[in-house]
Amino acid sequence: MLSRVAESIYWMARYVERAENLCRYVDVTLNLILDQPVGAGQQWEPLVSTTGDQEYFNEHYETTDADSVIQFLTFDRDYPNSIISSLRIARENARSVRETISSESWEALNEFYHFVLAATNNGGRVESPSEFFRTVRQYSQLFGGVVDATMAHGESWNFYNMGRMLERADKTTRILDVKYFTLLPSIADVGTPIDDLQWSAVLQSVSGLETYRKRYHGLTVPRIIEFLILDRAFPRAVSYCLTAADNSLHGITGAPTGEFCNSAEQRLGLLRSELAFMRVEEIVDNGLHQFIDSLQRKMNSASKCIHETFFALRPVESLTMSQNQSQG
Amino acid sequence: MSDHLQFLGYDTEGFFDELFNDGNQPRPEGQLLVETINSLGVGELRMRQEAIERTLMRMGITFAVYGDEQGTEKIFPFDIIPRIVGAAEWSRVEAGLKQRIRALNCFIDDVYHDQNIVNDGIVPRELLEDARTYRTECHGLSPPRGIWCHITGTDLVRHADGQIYVLEDNLRCPSGVSYVLQNRMVMKRSFPQVFNSARVRPVIDYPGRLHNTLRYLAPSQVDNPTTVVLTPGIYNSAYYEHSFLAQQMGVQLVEGRDLVVKDGFVFMRTTTGFERVDVIYRRIDDDFLDPRVFRDDSMLGVPGIMDVYRRGNVALANAPGTGVADDKVIYAFVPDMINYYLNEEAILPNVPTYVCQKQDDRKYVLENLDKLVVKAANEAGGYGMLVGPHSTKEEQQKFAHLINENPRNYIAQPTLSLSRVPTIVDDHFEGRHVDLRPYILYGEEIFVLPGGLTRVALRKGSLVVNSSQGGGSKDTWVLAEPGMPSGEMEP
Repeated sequence: MLSRVAESIYWMARYVERAENLCRYVDVTLNLILDQPVGAGQQWEPLVSTTGDQEYFNEHYETTDADSVIQFLTFDRDYPNSIISSLRIARENARSVRETISSESWEALNEFYHFVLAATNNGGRVESPSEFFRTVRQYSQLFGGVVDATMAHGESWNFYNMGRMLERADKTTRILDVKYFTLLPSIADVGTPIDDLQWSAVLQSVSGLETYRKRYHGLTVPRIIEFLILDRAFPRAVSYCLTAADNSLHGITGAPTGEFCNSAEQRLGLLRSELAFMRVEEIVDNGLHQFIDSLQRKMNSASKCIHETFFALRPVESLTMSQNQSQG
Repeated sequence: MSDHLQFLGYDTEGFFDELFNDGNQPRPEGQLLVETINSLGVGELRMRQEAIERTLMRMGITFAVYGDEQGTEKIFPFDIIPRIVGAAEWSRVEAGLKQRIRALNCFIDDVYHDQNIVNDGIVPRELLEDARTYRTECHGLSPPRGIWCHITGTDLVRHADGQIYVLEDNLRCPSGVSYVLQNRMVMKRSFPQVFNSARVRPVIDYPGRLHNTLRYLAPSQVDNPTTVVLTPGIYNSAYYEHSFLAQQMGVQLVEGRDLVVKDGFVFMRTTTGFERVDVIYRRIDDDFLDPRVFRDDSMLGVPGIMDVYRRGNVALANAPGTGVADDKVIYAFVPDMINYYLNEEAILPNVPTYVCQKQDDRKYVLENLDKLVVKAANEAGGYGMLVGPHSTKEEQQKFAHLINENPRNYIAQPTLSLSRVPTIVDDHFEGRHVDLRPYILYGEEIFVLPGGLTRVALRKGSLVVNSSQGGGSKDTWVLAEPGMPSGEMEP
């Protein structure tokens, strides 16, 4: 398929996933606050810091309260990583590959965008925020389901799935990092009801609380880390996501899993096996923050390799006939 | 809303109405539709109209409102009452269009080779050579199978005398066919029962026929040709159509930057390397096609593609240079061309046209600016136009000046009283003026799509149907002759 088309599908997937994860952060914070009326204000700060765009926030917003953080993360058209901006970019990408993705996929994304756009044009005033974010999440899940059910799981879908899974892995590490960072400084809190509440919220934000309970019952920090990073079956766990991305990558190139024929496969394969043979104790002993930092660097590097392997413009001099000449 | 949209009391107001005769009675081919609509419950027609608008919005068949920073998007206005064309009338239109396209193709081939029509004094040489769309770069080109204009959209209008006239030929990149298909799709959902009983001829096979037309052009040595649609990109106003046609044909939609020329062939950049392209349905104008041959500042085209075309290693549809036949001055000579090349009389007449280059014509035009429609030779979209009876003295003076300055660039025609079709206006029906653009494919044989884009001027009294100037569209129902198969298959 065309490099440009592959790239647009990949970014369409990443931006929809990005919007969904932002929505999950906000929603879970809203829920958390209902359970602890005291000191609720601080709950919103980590959401801003996790974006890495604190500076923009400070310039445009006066206070760090629910209204301004929700406005910032959800409805701010000028902030390129807000939900509305992510959906706008996702839809522009989808529009440019409309003939490649299924009509149903395009329509699902188009309706999703218009739903959030209508709320944005209404100044972000929504009757019930939690109902609104629940609907946003549902639209995103609908989109993913429609793509999975209406597109052939060939090259286009594999680019889609790779983008979706890499973005999701990245966002799971971020939420874990931020919560760990904000929760653990107060060592005194460990084991108190508040702590449980906070960690349940983390699990809830990735729809993982129920699955976690079934597997481990009690909440402990190492088990939560193990679940969110190393679990092979939970669809938002980092290891699961990277394995799925790696499978799609091999689906695209046709190289057998466990081998590599380009730098993207090599990087992702390394990362995947590192997680497959890792014990959570090693992560905790060496520091979760350091571990996540290095994980994110490796994921970024794999993303760069994907770009160079499939999307970057190659010079005409290297022109060779494609191996699979086929009628488009 | 408690409106009751029915035709009781509908008045044609002395205009030719496509659905009702002068006595305000439904024409025979519209009888069933009128009865169906009159039998609907209160508010039901409006409900269906609104359902269609929602469907179009959901499908994202929209355009961005210019200058609106809120990201507002609108659908192209669509009116639920179709234009109906009877079987006998259509067969005449079809024959007329086939004849016209055959003659125009001969003309284009002639002007880029021997120029017999000029040498024989039928078309004045200076008119040809001054046409802005005449491409000297195309001299001596011989496109595959001798076909230049593979896809044409011809604008037809009906005047008060009941006669159908050709208003304009569009042989470059005519757009709108995607709306024909989408309008039909949403209408089928609204009136499933009427479609079967009314024997409406299908349009759904257009993409398949277009694909065959394109594949027919592939270089002969290629067994399984790769066909693509070339678009200027998502900011082009017809982008939706480009992507729709590519999707329906199951071919790649490419932009100029996806293509590259090497060793005398065109390739596209894919994730697995470079893949050869054999046929290009290009939806970018000649001007932007190849910066090495035409406009050198073009970022949309493919450098070197004309060279590959000359070698016969890639086919382009339409061929470069066809725009010469779009020129509104050249248009005036089409009946002569039909006579000259085919030795036949034109089946579909032209609108009488005054060529301002001719002294007598110019004198008449300048004296009658308040009655005529004046058009610039190379404008489209309803721009560069004076509608005499609706114009001010200042506008007429401005055009008098323009005509004297550059007579070659202007023609004038009598102001036609375009026919009307009932259209929903608030809570009732009113007649609104329409035109009709059928689409013609020229491949192994010439095919006229039974249907076309009916454009409607939604403003009361307006004769300008262009979407940029307050126009909307309607579905067009061409009825099957007795015994002819009809009925739409699901895509």
